[in-house]
Order: sequence, then C-alpha cells, then structure tokens
Amino acid sequence: MKLVKNAAGRFVPTLVNGEKQIPFRGVNKYKPKSHKAAPPIRSCIDYPWDGNKVQKNLREALKKAGLKNGMTISTHHHLRNGDALTNLLFDTIKKMGVKNIMWYPSASFPIHSHLIKYLEDGTIHHIEGSMNGPLGRFASLGFMKGTGVLRSHGGRYQAVQDGEVKIDIAVIAAPQADQFGNANGLDGPAACGLLGFALADSLYAERVITVTDNLVPFPCIPWQIQGNNVDFVVEIDSLGDSSKIVSGTTQITKSPDRLLIAEYVADFIEAAGIMKDGFSLQAGAGGTNLAFAVFLKEKMKAKGVKARFMRGGSTKYLVEMLEEGLTEFILDGQTFDLEGVRSMRENPNHVNTSPFTSYNFHGKGNFASMVDVAVLGATEVDVNFNGNVVTHSDGYLLHGIGGWQNCLYSKCTILAIPSFRDRIPVIVDEVTTLVGPGELIDVIITERGIAINPKRKDLIKAVKNSGLPIRMIEDIKNEVDEICGGKPANPKTNKNKVIAVIKWVDGTVIDSVFKVKG
Amino acid sequence: MISKKSSSGNKGKTIRSDCYIELELKTSGGIKIKLQSKVESMYGNSIRLLIKDILKTFKVRNVSVLVDDYGALPFTIAARVESAIKNIFTEIETEFLLPFNKKSSYKTTKDRLRRSRLYLPGNEPKYFINAGLHKPDGVILDLEDSVAPASKHDAKYLVRNALRSVDFYGCERMVRINQLPAGLEDLIFIVPNNIHVIIIPKVEHAEQIKQVEEVVSEIKKKRNIKNDIFFMPIIESALGIINAYEIASASKDNCALAIGLEDYTADIGTQRTEEGRESLYARSIVVNAARTASIQSIDTVYSDVTNMEGLRESVIEAKSLGFDGKGCIHPRQIEVVHKAFAPTEPEIEKAKKIVKAFKEAKKKGLGVVSIGSKMIDAPVVKRAQKTIELAILNNLGSKNFRKE
Repeated sequence: MKLVKNAAGRFVPTLVNGEKQIPFRGVNKYKPKSHKAAPPIRSCIDYPWDGNKVQKNLREALKKAGLKNGMTISTHHHLRNGDALTNLLFDTIKKMGVKNIMWYPSASFPIHSHLIKYLEDGTIHHIEGSMNGPLGRFASLGFMKGTGVLRSHGGRYQAVQDGEVKIDIAVIAAPQADQFGNANGLDGPAACGLLGFALADSLYAERVITVTDNLVPFPCIPWQIQGNNVDFVVEIDSLGDSSKIVSGTTQITKSPDRLLIAEYVADFIEAAGIMKDGFSLQAGAGGTNLAFAVFLKEKMKAKGVKARFMRGGSTKYLVEMLEEGLTEFILDGQTFDLEGVRSMRENPNHVNTSPFTSYNFHGKGNFASMVDVAVLGATEVDVNFNGNVVTHSDGYLLHGIGGWQNCLYSKCTILAIPSFRDRIPVIVDEVTTLVGPGELIDVIITERGIAINPKRKDLIKAVKNSGLPIRMIEDIKNEVDEICGGKPANPKTNKNKVIAVIKWVDGTVIDSVFKVKG
Repeated sequence: MISKKSSSGNKGKTIRSDCYIELELKTSGGIKIKLQSKVESMYGNSIRLLIKDILKTFKVRNVSVLVDDYGALPFTIAARVESAIKNIFTEIETEFLLPFNKKSSYKTTKDRLRRSRLYLPGNEPKYFINAGLHKPDGVILDLEDSVAPASKHDAKYLVRNALRSVDFYGCERMVRINQLPAGLEDLIFIVPNNIHVIIIPKVEHAEQIKQVEEVVSEIKKKRNIKNDIFFMPIIESALGIINAYEIASASKDNCALAIGLEDYTADIGTQRTEEGRESLYARSIVVNAARTASIQSIDTVYSDVTNMEGLRESVIEAKSLGFDGKGCIHPRQIEVVHKAFAPTEPEIEKAKKIVKAFKEAKKKGLGVVSIGSKMIDAPVVKRAQKTIELAILNNLGSKNFRKE
C-alpha cells in the first residue's frame, strides 16, 4: 500500500478499497467541485396506488431492492446498543447467500459484534463507519477484508452528497411508520427520538426500506422520514431492546475527579465571558458533559442568564433547562434518554435536526461554527492540541468520530478530559491517531488544570485573573509522565498495513490507523 | 519451614489502578515474570524492569512471578511485590524505597488549618493519586478500620510508598495507624517517610500517646528524621471522654484532639441520630479538653455522602460547639465543609477590628490591646487573625485585607 505524507505530516494511502483518495490539505483547504450526487429518477406509477408498500418480510424487500454481491448497505444508530435490526438484516443477507457487502452504518455498538462472523465469512467486506469495541479490535488486528473508513456524522452526509459513497440500499429502523413509509422515532416500543442520521440515506440511496415494529395508519405524523423517498416497508416483531435504545435516566458521573473537571468547565465558560444572555452551547451525554451542564445551570440561574439555544445529545438535564426557561431551544441531534424523547414529542422548541442541518460540509453554512461553546471528550490530546477520539494509546480502534470533528468548528471548543486514565496518559507528545487538528481545539480542561491554545490570546486574557488553574499543556503532560512512570512507549503497530483511514470533514484523508501487532 | 508461595494486591473486574501479584519461589530457573496488563504496550517493559529491580534488592534469584495489572502506578506495583516477598521472608529488614517525590518536601506546623481531612482507605491506591486535587486541608491514609484484616500487611507497604511518591498538592499528610498495640508496629512504615500527622485511634489513656511518642522518637533518632511529626488522638469511647484532657495534654506533639462517634455511640449503648443529642456531652468535652491543652478539636465524619445540606448543617453545628475541623469521607464534602467553616460577615468585621487594634497597640508599643475600654486577650487576637486568614482563603470580603 502506497502511503504519502499529508499536510498534517501523517502518512495516508492514496488508494482505499480501490477508490482514489485525496490526502488532507489543511483545515478549509479543500472543496470538491461539480454537482451533487443524485438518486435515480423514480416515478409514482411504479408504486402501489393505494400507497401500501408493505412487503412480506425483510428478505422479500431486499430481493425487490435488487440486493446483490458487493453492494453498499446503510443502517443508522438511533437504536444504539439496543439495535436488533442490523443483526437481523445481515442474518437475512447471509441466508440469501449474498457476499462482499460494504456496511455503511452511522455508528456501530457492541451489540454489533454479532457481525464479526459475517466479516470472517465474507458476507461483509468492510465497514465504513465507526468500529467500536469488539469490531474495533477485530479490525485493528487486521482481520477485516477491506479497509475501514471512519467519518464524522457530518462527513457521512458529505460523502453521500458529493458522491464519494453511493448507497445501494438504505435500511431505516423506524419506531413508528405507516404503510407509505413515512416514519419517525417519537413513539412506539423502540422510541428513540429522532431519525436524523437516516435523512441523507433516505434522499440519496438507490432503494430505501423502512422497517418498523409499530405500523400505524397513514399518515404517520410528523414524518421525519418522508414516505416519498421510501421504496418498501417491512413490519417485524421488534426493532430491539428498548432499555438499551435510550436509557431510562442518564446518570451524571459520580466520580469526584470527573465532577471536578465538569466544575472547571462551567467555571471557565463563566470566567471567559461566554455565559451571557443569548449564548449557545453544545453538550454531549458523557458523564462529565452532563455534569458540566448541571453546574452551568446553577451559574446561569444565579446570574439570571438565558441561552438562545443548546445543541445536543439531549438528556433530561437539557430538557430541564428548556422547561425552566434557561434556554429557548434545544436543537437536537440525537436523543439519549426518555425525558429527551418526551420533550421532543411535546415541545415544539425541542427541535429535531439532522447532520445535514447542523454540520454538513456541503451545506450553505454550518450550525457548528455558530455555537459559542462546545464541550467534547477525547481519548488523547497532544501538546499541539491535536485530538484523537478513535484509538487508544495502545493503537486499538475503539470509538467512532460521531459529531466530534464537526463540533470542533465552534467559537470555543473545549475538551473536558482526565489527564490520564489509570496508567494510560491522555495528554501525550503526539496523538496515536490524528482526528482533529489542534488549530480548532481551544481549551483542554483536566482535573490537573486548564490549558489554553496559545493561539487563543483572547481566551487567555479573559480568564487571566479568574483564579482558575491555567497551565501550559506541556506542564500538565510532564506531570502526567512523572505520575505514570515515564513516557508511554509507542503502540506496536505495522506501519505498512493500514486497517482504516480517518476522513476529515471535507472528505480528505487526515490519518491512517495501522494494524496492531497482537 | 517457610512457605514458598505468596500473593498480594487485588484482582477482579472492578479493580483499577492496582495489581495482583503471585510469587512462587523455585530452586532453579531464574526469574520468570508472567505479566497481564492493560498497559502492556505502553509500560510492559518498564513494569518488568521494576519487578526485576525489586527482586534483586531482596536477592530473590529463582522465582516465578504472576502479575495481573490493572494500570497500577509504579509505587503500587513496588508495594505489592515487596509485600508478597515479605510474606515469605518475614525477617528481612531491607526495604525497596522509591525516591521521595520532590514536590512533597513541604512541612507542616502545629497550628495549621485543619478544617477538613479526607479519609483514604489505605489499601485502595486508586483514591490516592487525585486526592490532593480536591484541596482538603489534610489527607488520611488509613491503616485502621477501612482496611480488611487480610489486607493489613499489604496496606502498610502501599501507604509507605504513597507517602514517598504521591504528590498530595500541599495537603497535610496524615496516617491513621491501627489501634494500639498493633498500631505501634505501623510506625516504622510511616515515621521515616514524610509523614506530618499520626492519627491514633480509639485512645482511652494518656499512656497510649506516650507509647506512640516513645516509639516515634526512637525511630526518628535511629533514622535521623528531623521533620516535625504531630499526633492527633481520636477518642471513641466513654472512658476516652472521661480522660479527654489527660489525652489532649499527654504530648507536646499533639496538634489536635478528634472524636469518632460511630464507636462512641455504640460504647454508650445508643445510636447516632441526625440531631446528635446523644453525643453533645462528649463533643463538648473534646472541645474543652483540646482548648485547655491549646490544641485543635476535630469533629467526627458525616456519613451520608449524598446529603450535602445535612453535612452543611452538621458543620455549622460543629463550628458553633467550638470545633475547628471535620472528617470527610468523600471529596465532594470538602468544599461544603470549608464553606460552612468560613467566617460570617459579622465575624469578619469583628476580627478586623481586633486585628487593627492589635496592630495599633503594637505600633504604639503598648502591652495591652483594647477596643474602646474593652481589653483584648492574646488568644482572642490570635483567633481573630485566624478568622481573617479563613476569610481570605474563602475569597470573602476585600482582597486587600492585609493592607487594610
């Protein structure tokens, strides 16, 4: 495999799974030209006049959709670790004897380790999407036939829109749907909130199948997915385990160290002058992120400050802020708990957004860059503020990118992370895998202090007299090395064998993930 | 005949920042290390080197070592290996000591602030490393009640190594030894290793303090230890309360007298209640004994870690009884304790007046401090200075206190 050095100094292949690649050229340095991709022309006369697109079963629908070897099949992670449909889908494909599928999920979860056997027997050729847990391990050890491609949520939309990925069949899990294919995630046993990740697929795929365990009479309102774009509807017994789709309650971390980080985050946002009337923020659902939102809420109440909008990852904590009038809107990218689902169903100010409306590279503007502050996590950060979210310091691929890359464009991007986990340093000399360039990462907040990117002189000045523990990132790193007993050794990888590539939001290749010597 | 097999440390799915060691002495075959570690790729080699170094120190040449590592830091691995070795060779006096952390060279004083002291179970290394970040006035590495009998041996090595290696970020380093007489054997592990305060539990007689004092001064002499080491006896029984003043004044190195209510209430045949009427007498005795002996008085812990309001009220009550500090069993309690011990606005104003009067008297060379016609005693001035210090620590009032 031929590797070239990209603008970030990382070695990346120019050919992946037979497709030509463009090495990363720098932030905002590349944009594809020409026209967007488009789905084939369909005509209503080819569809039932009574609008009933329900098929006998999934096999029938796949057959009618023209399933054959080497196709690209997409699924979506709204059902998270409760997803039973994707496993059922590949069981069916296996039974149909079809091979070499490219699986294009918006994210994978540990439940999908069921698919490892299909990666082994050639049913699935490779994955373009996140590879978490056991799947990540499988890929890292070099067992996957093709090369993995990891994209952000926005990058997934970008790849579909500019024709980099052509989806043959999109299979959309719909907690509520009608016979015409209109669907939403708001109700039913598998209610998950919204279906934003499936939007691109419904618009651009050659064929679209809506699968539901909760078929309602036409019209299914609201139609987050429009039946106009749907070819077939399938009813099955159950989409999955609802307790793993959304949690009944999302828990704030109990770890005193994480709470300390969360407190620093809230303190920083206040001290930097970001917390003022009409501000906006992006919050995730990690334990630390939930906690920072709760600390910030107290500060907002004390000062009588109201936000204009909050982006999430919605949870009951964001919902409380909406209902108590501390924010006017929630612009929701995915819903993490039942309170979030309820709020989205009941409250018109809790708005369903997709990666298209929020952070698509080919959108005419970018929500992410309009957000005042985004608080994110990372598995590693280096002294140049570069971030990694996909691999651990042992080289294994363990997480997806999610919306992380996209959110880096916010006006103030904060990574809230422990400086080390057990004996695994998080602040390092150089990230194992480059996922986010340091020029977009403004602040690193750890339990051992806060490091501000030297580029952000404004922030440094703003918090100068705040009493917060502001430190040089090298200083924190040196302390961590000292605690851990020296610098960590580099992971043992084969630098000639790329098992996956990391895409930047514009579709260029920012880094490679190498095979781990297991 | 000595046993050839030994183990130490902890293992299991929930274990973090710790390791489990199994040693088996052999008659030949050299050193064989079987390491399973979540940080193998990063620190596997350095773990093996450390273990070999320790084995060499103890002249163990033929041994198989099994290590289950869950991200233990070097000071923990070293403690576990040494503990396992000394389970077999009980007579060896050699120690494997890691160098002192340079950041931990700070000393303490007899009358420093002791509002909060955070208990850390002595055999749980995962709690040590970040304890100081939560800024308690002191941390207690506990060898007593929070350590299971089977782990007592392990804990001594771990606590010793932690005292030398862990940066507690300016907190006073305390160790609670075991109840005497067993506790006397803990002292050799802590006295030479950077300890500030020895907490002596379940004290009932002044004699017990004298015993500790004697052993400590022997070790200090033998090991040429120069730094101050203070004692904090905890009274946890009816008899202890009866002897409170003798205990408080038993040593010039006593810095504080504490009360432990779990055992005390059991001893008098009752239970702890939220309002605490059953312990009012004992707590008042402790405050009075401590004051008479010119040392600090420290209240018991508040055990419901989820009830911050209850904690706050209990600290305010402790403060009103005259206590200077409170035990903490969770880092989140620390800030609540500090805030509740912070002086109130009228207290600060009053203290300011007194300190001002004191300074003026000094300037004028007067021997007597007075506000108006009211004379102010030296202890009152000292207390007022402390109040101002506390106010500054809590960011209360103006920033120019000292100038004012």
